[in-house]
Amino acid sequence: MFGRDFKMTLSNATVAVRFQDVSRHFGNVRAVDAVDLDIARGEFFAMLGPSGSGKTTCLRLIAGFEQPTSGHIEIFGETAEGVPPYRRAVNTVFQDYALFPHMNVLDNVAYGLMVKGVDRNQRLAKSEEALKLVALAGYGSRKPGQLSGGQRQRVALARALVNEPKVLLLDEPLGALDLKLREQMQVELKSLQRKLGITFIFVTHDQGEALSMADRVAIFNEGRIVQVGRPEDVYERPQTRFVADFVGSSNVLSPDFTKACGLGANWSSLRPEKIRVLSAKEKAARDVVSFPAQVTSVHYQGAITRINTRVKGDQVLSVSAPAAGLALGDKLTLAWPRSAMHVMGGEA
Amino acid sequence: MRSNLEPRAPWGLKLAALLCVLFLHVPLLLIFLYAFTTEEKSYQFPPPAYTTKWFAVVWERQDIWDAIWLSVKIASIATAVALVLGTLAAAALWKSRFIGKDYISLLFILPIALPGIITGIALRSAFNVADIPFSMWTIILGHATFCIVVVFNNALARFRRLSGSMIEASMDLGADGFQTFRYVVLPQIGSALLAGGMLAFALSFDEVIVTTFTAGTGVDAKTLPIWMLDELIRPRQRPVTNVVAIFVMCVTFIPILAAYYLTRDAEHTAGAGK
Repeated sequence: MFGRDFKMTLSNATVAVRFQDVSRHFGNVRAVDAVDLDIARGEFFAMLGPSGSGKTTCLRLIAGFEQPTSGHIEIFGETAEGVPPYRRAVNTVFQDYALFPHMNVLDNVAYGLMVKGVDRNQRLAKSEEALKLVALAGYGSRKPGQLSGGQRQRVALARALVNEPKVLLLDEPLGALDLKLREQMQVELKSLQRKLGITFIFVTHDQGEALSMADRVAIFNEGRIVQVGRPEDVYERPQTRFVADFVGSSNVLSPDFTKACGLGANWSSLRPEKIRVLSAKEKAARDVVSFPAQVTSVHYQGAITRINTRVKGDQVLSVSAPAAGLALGDKLTLAWPRSAMHVMGGEA
Repeated sequence: MRSNLEPRAPWGLKLAALLCVLFLHVPLLLIFLYAFTTEEKSYQFPPPAYTTKWFAVVWERQDIWDAIWLSVKIASIATAVALVLGTLAAAALWKSRFIGKDYISLLFILPIALPGIITGIALRSAFNVADIPFSMWTIILGHATFCIVVVFNNALARFRRLSGSMIEASMDLGADGFQTFRYVVLPQIGSALLAGGMLAFALSFDEVIVTTFTAGTGVDAKTLPIWMLDELIRPRQRPVTNVVAIFVMCVTFIPILAAYYLTRDAEHTAGAGK
C-alpha cells in the first residue's frame, strides 16, 4: 500500500495529518521534539513507544488538548494551531473511555450531536445506528456503570464515530481490557476501520498490537520519531538499536561480533526465531554463520522455549526454539543465515 | 442485610450506645415537653398541666416573625454567595497545579476551624477599619466566611472524583466551555452543591457568635438565635422560646437530613461510571 520507501512524502491531497518540525516542551522536558510526520487519509496509523516517549502528547496535539511550542500542524490541509478541540473534525477514544456516568448509553453517544444542535429524533436515530455498528444495539437505556469494560470501550467508540470525524484518535484503546478481549477488539477495530475508511491514529506501548493492526507504525523514543514504516519494515529492518530492542525482542549484536560473522563492523540485529540449534553431526551450510554457545537460562513459554545463551566474548543471544530439553550450562552450536542479520546505520 | 455470621455486639456495648443516644437526645425531648407546659416562669418537672396556647402566642408576636424572616434572608444570601464562590474556588484548585496549592486550600478551610469568636473579632475590626457600617450585609459577609468552607469542601471532594478526561471528552465531542459545564460538570457536582448549600444554610441559620460581632443595632441585628438568647434572660413566657426552638430544629434538621441522603446516594452511583 505504501511501497518500499516508507519515508516518501505524501502529496497534499492525501495527507490527513501533517506535523512540520513540531515540538512541545513542558518546562525543561521536551515531550515532543522536532517531529516531522505525514499520516495519509484512510490510513490505520500506530504511534508506538515506551511511556514518556511523546506519543500521547502527539495525539493530544492533534486533538487540540495541547498546543505546539513550535512547529506547524495541519489536519486535512487546514492549520490546526489555535483551533480549540471542539472545532476540530477529530474525535478521541480515551484510555479510560471518559463516558459520562450520569447519562445513559444512548445519550452518551448522542452527546456530540446534541451540543451541535442536531434535532432530537435525528440524533437518537443516528446514535442507535452507531451503537449497532459496534454491536451494542439495544443497550441504549443502560448506564455506563452497568456495562463491562469491553462494552464501555465500544460505547466510547460509537460516541466518537457518530460525529463522523475525519480522523479518529485512540489513546491506548485496548489497554484496560483482558488479553482475550484485546485480541477480539483488535480484529474488530481493524475491520471497522476498513469499513468506514476513516483515518485511525492510535497510541500504544504494545508492539504486538501496533504490528498486527496498523498500516504504518511510528516508533517514538524520548520525544522523537526514530523510525516510521510498515510493520514488516520496522520489525525486519530496524534502523536503530532502540527499535530493534523495542519492537519484538531482537538480539542486538555488537560491531565486533557483526564483523566476526563476516559483515561490516556495525551494530546489527538478529531475531531470536531466525536462530537454529544445530545437532552435533550437522554441518553448517554456506552463508550460514555458526557459533558455539552456552545456555545461561531457559524459559518455557508453551509453543516455544526461549533459550538465553552466551556466545563468543560477551555477546548474549536469545533463541526461540521448540522445547528442546536443554538445561542450564549445556553447550550447543547456534546457526543462522547471514541474510537474517540486519546491519543498522550508525550508533543510536 | 445483616448476616447471621456477623459477630453480635456484646450487651455492654449496646448499653453504652443506648446511653449515648439518650444523652444526646433527652435534652431535645425536654424542649418539646416544655413547649406545652402551663407554667411560664420556671422549668417545673413534671409540668403542672399541658396547653398549646404558646403556639398561638408565637403566631401573634411580630418580633419573632421579624427575627425568623431576617435569619432566613441572611442564611439564603450567605448560602448563595458561598455556592458561587466556593464552587469557583474548588474548581480552580482542582484544575490547576501551582506551588503552595496545599496552603491555599488550607486557607480556605481555616475559617471553619477557627473559633467563631476569632472570626467575629477579626471581621469586626476589619469592618471598622474599612468604615463599613454594621447592617444585615455585614452579618451576611461574616456568615459567608464559614459557609464558603462547607460548599468548597463538598465541591472539591466531588470534583476530585470527576475524571479530568471527561471534560476533555466533552470538548472533543464539540461542546464549548459553557456546554461542558452545563451538561457534564453541573449534573455531576449538583448533589454535592445542594448538600453543601443546605449545610451552609443550617450553619448560618443558628449562628450566634459571629453574628453578635458583625451585627449592628436594632431590628436588623436580631436574628432568630440572638432573639432567643435575649428571651432567655426575660422571666416571662418561657415556653415561647421552646416553641421557637422546635421551629428552628425543624428548619435546620430537614436540610441536614436531606443533605445526608443526597451525598450518600451520590456515593453509591458516582463510582460506578469509572
